[in-house]
Amino acid sequence: MKTFFAFVNKEFKHIFRDRRTLIILFGMPIVLVVLFGFAITTEINNAKIQVVDLANDVYSTKLINKIKASGYFSVKEDTKNINDIERIFQDGKVKLAVVIPQSFSKDLINTNYAQIQIITDATDPNTSNIITSYLSAVFKQFEMEEGYTLSTNLEINTRMKYNPLNKSVYMFVPGVMTIILMLVSAMMTSITVAREKELGTMEILLVSPLKPSIIILGKIVPYLVLSLINAMTILLLGLFVFDMPMLGSYLLLFTEIFIFVLASLILGLLISTVSNSQQTAMLLSLMGLMLPTILLSGFIFPISSMPKILQYTSDIIPAKWFIIIIKSVMLKGVGITYIWKETLILIGIAIFLLVLTIKKFKVRLE
Amino acid sequence: MINIKNIKKSYGDITAVDDITIHVRKGQLFGLIGPDGAGKTSLFRMLTSLLIPDEGSAVIMGYDTVKDYRKVRNILGYMPERFSLYMDLSVEENLNFFATVFNTTIEENYHLIKDIYKVLEPFKDRRAGDLSGGMKQKLALCCALIHKPEVLLLDEPTTGVDPVSRKEFWEMLKSLQTKGFTTFVSTPFLDDAELCDEVALIQDGKILDMDSPQNIAKKYPHKLWSISASNNYKLLRAIGNYEKKKSAFAFGNSVHLATANEVEIEEIQNYLKSIIDYDFEIKPIEPNIEDAFMELMKEE
Repeated sequence: MKTFFAFVNKEFKHIFRDRRTLIILFGMPIVLVVLFGFAITTEINNAKIQVVDLANDVYSTKLINKIKASGYFSVKEDTKNINDIERIFQDGKVKLAVVIPQSFSKDLINTNYAQIQIITDATDPNTSNIITSYLSAVFKQFEMEEGYTLSTNLEINTRMKYNPLNKSVYMFVPGVMTIILMLVSAMMTSITVAREKELGTMEILLVSPLKPSIIILGKIVPYLVLSLINAMTILLLGLFVFDMPMLGSYLLLFTEIFIFVLASLILGLLISTVSNSQQTAMLLSLMGLMLPTILLSGFIFPISSMPKILQYTSDIIPAKWFIIIIKSVMLKGVGITYIWKETLILIGIAIFLLVLTIKKFKVRLE
Repeated sequence: MINIKNIKKSYGDITAVDDITIHVRKGQLFGLIGPDGAGKTSLFRMLTSLLIPDEGSAVIMGYDTVKDYRKVRNILGYMPERFSLYMDLSVEENLNFFATVFNTTIEENYHLIKDIYKVLEPFKDRRAGDLSGGMKQKLALCCALIHKPEVLLLDEPTTGVDPVSRKEFWEMLKSLQTKGFTTFVSTPFLDDAELCDEVALIQDGKILDMDSPQNIAKKYPHKLWSISASNNYKLLRAIGNYEKKKSAFAFGNSVHLATANEVEIEEIQNYLKSIIDYDFEIKPIEPNIEDAFMELMKEE
């Protein structure tokens, strides 16, 4: 036991004395979360839209005020001529124009039904789609309050469940947490083991009474602690900076994080058994873990729209299951009864990797 | 103490260690002398159970390095070829770590390392990476000694170390011998050999000769002369054409010339006088182990 603590102590010293490792360990999560949270978002704030109000009556004013009050748009009303829209689009700042017809109020009062035209700049279809769906939500609200039917040339989106405001940060925080935990756990451990091999200290450790299990555990424990601290940082950022909801139980969440981190750590050790230099270890973890984790976990690209072969591949990626689990716990607030299957798969992967690592761990140099 | 029997190791087509048999007795300081790439490190790694021999066996204190590798690892003090210390840990932390790994403490075995460690003690809070080569090597030796091993295996401990530190290091090995340690050490430096009780000369994975350094020197088959002059280079060229020459090497400030045993001093003097126009000095000398090793390598 004393040997074990001496080993863990030594590992912590390695980590805390290497400034670069420290920056990667604790700086990266914050930078990534902030980057994904603020910069790379699919939600809109103050999108510039042009309103051409040909009616200029009570209801059209009401509708325009409604649009302004939503807070998503910055509304321009500087023209009453439909022909100006083309010129405005060509300036490129405005992506969408709303045209309220002359007979707007009259139609609403007489037939309970009026039409509104929405023109979008389709050179940037993503932004246009997003703005349109936000705008539709505003129209829907107007209909409910006023009791009339509006028709645009678009269908109106249904309410988005579990993320009613369509906040992209709700998707990114679990994703970033997964990537960081994977990176810290797998890459860092594989690098430290490879470093011992590179410097030759592994030779001395092997020619000592240290059991392989102590070496393996001694490498796992420090990074387990650090990963849990990282998970906590990301969680706090998500909760307090991005107002993410946390509907489920913290105990369950941390148990799941623990299992995932353990699986990643073991994966890192497995990588280190096949790499003899820090560079190989780093490349293997980056290419072999990071890319699949980002691309195939459903973090950025939906798995259901992938070719079948990639869908099956995604099943063996721990990150996929982990993202499902934390989204379920945080956003849906479900208990273990709903996610036991995913949890079991994660545990299964961890055990499989552990057995493989112990088998591959070399007590000799060849 | 150490019994190496017909051991063989090859990597693909390259035979690194070719049928080597060595016996090291308890309390001996045994030197494995040979140039780079002779197979020294491969032999050490088989002794430390890090490599499995293709053929033959190595037994240390009755424990086979393949079958009983766990037991072997408990009784060894091993210093690999490179300074295998944690460069980001301080001198004291390194020593403490290795003591704990071997289930002991610095205090318990301080008497073993006292003479070596007292040089390091003023720097005990300095990181190992900031030490000089000689200091690193002393620390590595302390770390290998701290658990009171039965056998010390030192793989090229003096490579990359200045001549003064090298001399100091061998003095330490000598004094460790008086404490009863059995030491198996490898070195590429021929002058280190004189300090060993017994040496094995190794080249291309084969043992050329194995005996005490004195006996190896005695086996030298020729008559040896030391010739010195103001210009060694010209001298060596002049000797190079001498028909009764067996071999000639530059040796420090002089040239060692080997001739057949019947050659007399006047003969060489006369020959040289006829060729060179400056003063030289010639005297017969006893061959040392370096001359013997050069001769053995030439025969190969």
